[in-house]
Amino acid sequence: MDAGVKTRDGRRRKPRAAFTWQALWRSEKARGRFYQVAAVAAVAAAILFMAGNAVQSMAARGMRIGLGFLWNEAGFTLAESVLPFHPTDTFLQAFIAGLGNTLWISLVSLIFATALGVLLGIARLSSNWLISRGSAVYVEIFRNTPQLIQIVFWYTLFTLLPGARQAWHGMDWWFLSNRGLVLAWPADRPAFTIVLLTLAIGLAGIYFFAKWADRRQRRTGQPLPVFGLSILGLAAAGLLAWLATGAPTAIEHPKLVGFNFRGGMALSPEFLALSLGLVLYFAAYISEIVRSGIQSVGKGQIEAGRAVGLHGAELYRHIIMPQALRVIVPPITAQYISLIKTSALGVAVGYPELFNVSNSIMTLSGHTLECVVIMGAVYLLLALSVSALMNAFNKAVALRGAAR
Amino acid sequence: MIAATVRSHVQISAQVERPSPLRSGGPISRIKQGLFNNAHNTVLSIIALIALSYAGWHALRWAILDAVWYTHDANLCKQATGACWAIVGEKYRLILFGTFPYDEQWRPFLAIALIMALSIVSGFRRFWSRNLMIAWAALLPTVLVLMLGGVFGLRPTGTHLWGGLPLTLIMAIVTVAFGLPGAILLALGRRSKLPAIKALCIGITEITRGLPLLVVLFMAAIMLPLFLPTTFRIDKFVSAQIAMIIYFAAYAAEIVRGGLQAVPRGQYEAAEAAGLKYGQRMRRVILPQGLRIVIPALMNDIIRAFKNTTFVSILGLYDILGATSAATQDPQWVQFAPEAYLFVFALYFVFCFSMSKYSESLARYLSQGRNY
Repeated sequence: MDAGVKTRDGRRRKPRAAFTWQALWRSEKARGRFYQVAAVAAVAAAILFMAGNAVQSMAARGMRIGLGFLWNEAGFTLAESVLPFHPTDTFLQAFIAGLGNTLWISLVSLIFATALGVLLGIARLSSNWLISRGSAVYVEIFRNTPQLIQIVFWYTLFTLLPGARQAWHGMDWWFLSNRGLVLAWPADRPAFTIVLLTLAIGLAGIYFFAKWADRRQRRTGQPLPVFGLSILGLAAAGLLAWLATGAPTAIEHPKLVGFNFRGGMALSPEFLALSLGLVLYFAAYISEIVRSGIQSVGKGQIEAGRAVGLHGAELYRHIIMPQALRVIVPPITAQYISLIKTSALGVAVGYPELFNVSNSIMTLSGHTLECVVIMGAVYLLLALSVSALMNAFNKAVALRGAAR
Repeated sequence: MIAATVRSHVQISAQVERPSPLRSGGPISRIKQGLFNNAHNTVLSIIALIALSYAGWHALRWAILDAVWYTHDANLCKQATGACWAIVGEKYRLILFGTFPYDEQWRPFLAIALIMALSIVSGFRRFWSRNLMIAWAALLPTVLVLMLGGVFGLRPTGTHLWGGLPLTLIMAIVTVAFGLPGAILLALGRRSKLPAIKALCIGITEITRGLPLLVVLFMAAIMLPLFLPTTFRIDKFVSAQIAMIIYFAAYAAEIVRGGLQAVPRGQYEAAEAAGLKYGQRMRRVILPQGLRIVIPALMNDIIRAFKNTTFVSILGLYDILGATSAATQDPQWVQFAPEAYLFVFALYFVFCFSMSKYSESLARYLSQGRNY
C-alpha cells in the first residue's frame, strides 16, 4: 500500500485528496467552525434587525438616547429614603437613593431571615415532636405559596390596622397602627449607630478570636474560655464606644401629634410588609438548607465528638458547624442573591427601592430604555458582588486539601 | 470447643428479649417519647402547647366559629367578629375568571377542567406513554381555541380579556412547555466544545439569572415593542409569556447542566465509540440519563415558575392575584381583602404542596437502581 509520496527530504506526506464538500462536512473541525459562524451571524443579524427597528420606532416617537437626563432635576419625592433625597436632586441621585433603599431592606431582611432560618432548621431536627413538626409545617406553608401574595397580604393587614389615634401600643415604647410601627429609640442616633457598629465589628472579631484560640489550644494544649471572654470583650467594646460618644442615656419616645407620630424610630407599613414577606419566605428556604447541612454531617462524627467528651454547644461549634458550613454556604449564597433580587417586589406595595424608583424615573424622564438598562446593570452588579463576597467566605470555610 | 461454649453462654444470657427503646408502646408512651423525654423537652413542650392552644383557639374562633360563610350583604360581615368567607362566594367568578365575559365563562371553566384532569392523569405512572404526550400536545391548541374563541362559532375573546386561574395555569404550562426545551439547548450549548456557542449560552444564562424576574418582565414589556417592527403589535400577555419562558429556561438550564455533568464519563465515551452522531448521542444516551437525575430538581423549578406567575399582576395582567386585587377594590368588601387573599393562598398551597409531595415520590422512584 503506497500511503504517501516521497518528497525530496525523504519524509512521507499524505496524498492531498481532491477537495469535495462532503469531505469538508465530514471533518468535525470544519463543521464546528461552520456552526459557530452561523450562530454568531444569526445573533449579529438579530441584533442589527432589532437595533434598526429600535432606531426607527424611537425616531417615530421622538425619543432620543443619551444619559444626559441623569443630571436633570428629579422633581419627585420618595416616601422614605435611607440616603437623604430632595425633589431638587438629580435623577442620578434618585437612582442612588433607590439603590440605598434596596440595600437597606435587603440587609435587614437578610439578617433576620438568616437568624430565623437557622433557628427553624435546628428546630426541625429537635427531638421534641411539637417543635420539629411545627417547623416543618411552617416551611411547607411558606415555601408552597407565592411570595408576592404573602407580601400583598401583609400589606393589606397593615392597612386594616386601627388609625394612629387608636394605635395598639405597649406603654409609650411601641405603637402599631396603619402608619406602621413606631419604636422608642435612643435620642442620640449617631452615638447609637457607632455603638451598634462597634458591636457588629466585635462580633466579627470574635470569629477570629475563636480561631486563634483553637490554634493556640492545638499548639499548647491549654483551652481558653472562649465564650466567656467573647461576651466580656463584646460588652467592654460596647461600653467603651458608649462612653466615647459621651454616654448618652436619653430615650426618645414617640408622641402622637395630630394624626401622626413624632420622634422615635418609625418603620413604614411598606417597609414592614416587604421585609416581613422577604424574611418569612426566605427563612423557610434557609431552614431547609441549614437542616440538610447539619444532617450531612456523618453520625460517626457526632458520636466521636461525644466520645471525646464534647456536648451541646461545644459539639455544635467544633464538630457540626465547621462541617455543615461547607454544605450550607453555596446554596445560601444563591438564596441571598435571590432575596436581593426579589426586593424588587417593593413596587407592589410602594416601597421606594431601586425598581420602584427606576419606574418613576422612567415615566418622568421618558428615557425608558436607558432606565431599564441601568437598573438591570445595577442588579447584575449587586448579584455578582454578593456572590464574590460569599465565594471568599466559602473559601475560608471550605476544606483545605487533605492535609488538614 | 472453648469458643462454642463461650458462644452458648452468651446466647443463654441474651435470651431475655428486651423491648426496642423506641416506639415501645401505644400513643401515650409515644407522646412521652416525643414530648416529655427529658426536662429540657418537657419545658419546651409545655410552652409550645400553651402558645399553640392560645393561638389555635383564637384562630378557630376567627376562622370558623364566628365566621360568616355565605351572604350577599357585606354589612352582615361587618357586624361579625370572625372572618368573612362570604367574600369568596361573592367574588369567586371575578377571582377565578377575571374579566372574561360572564356568559362565556364556561369556556375557561372547561379549559381549567381539561388541564387539571390531564395533570392528574399524568401523575399516575401507569399512564405514562406516547399517548399521554400526544394528549398534552393536543391539549394546548384545544385550550387556546376555548380561550381565544373566534372559530366554531365561539365569540372571539382576546388575551386582554383573559384572567384568573386559566391565565395562571396557561402561563405556567406554556412556560414549562417552551422553557424546558430551551433549557436543554442552553445546557448542551454551555457544555459544547465550540467556544462561540459556549460563550453565547453562558452569556444568556448568567445575565438572565443575575436579573430579577420583574426586570426581565419589564424589559420584555418595554423593549420588545421597541425592537420589533412597528407594524408588528405584541400584546402584554405574549411579552410577559416570553419573559417567563426565558427566565425559566435560564434557571432550568443550570439544573439540566448539573444532570449532564452527573452522567458518568464512560457513557459519553461509549456513545462516541459506538459511532453515534452528536444528536444521537445526546438524544439516545446522555439526555435520558441526565434528565432522569434532575427531574426532582426540575419539579422544584416548575413549582417556582408556577408561583412566579403572580409577578405578571404587577404588569397589569389579571392573573389570579391581579384578579383578586381587583375584586377586593369594591368599597363594600374592601376590608375583607385578607380573607380573599387567604383563599388564593390556600389555592396555591394545594397546587404547590401536591406537586412537591409528588416530586418527592417521583424522586424515590427514579433513583431506584442507580448507583451514581
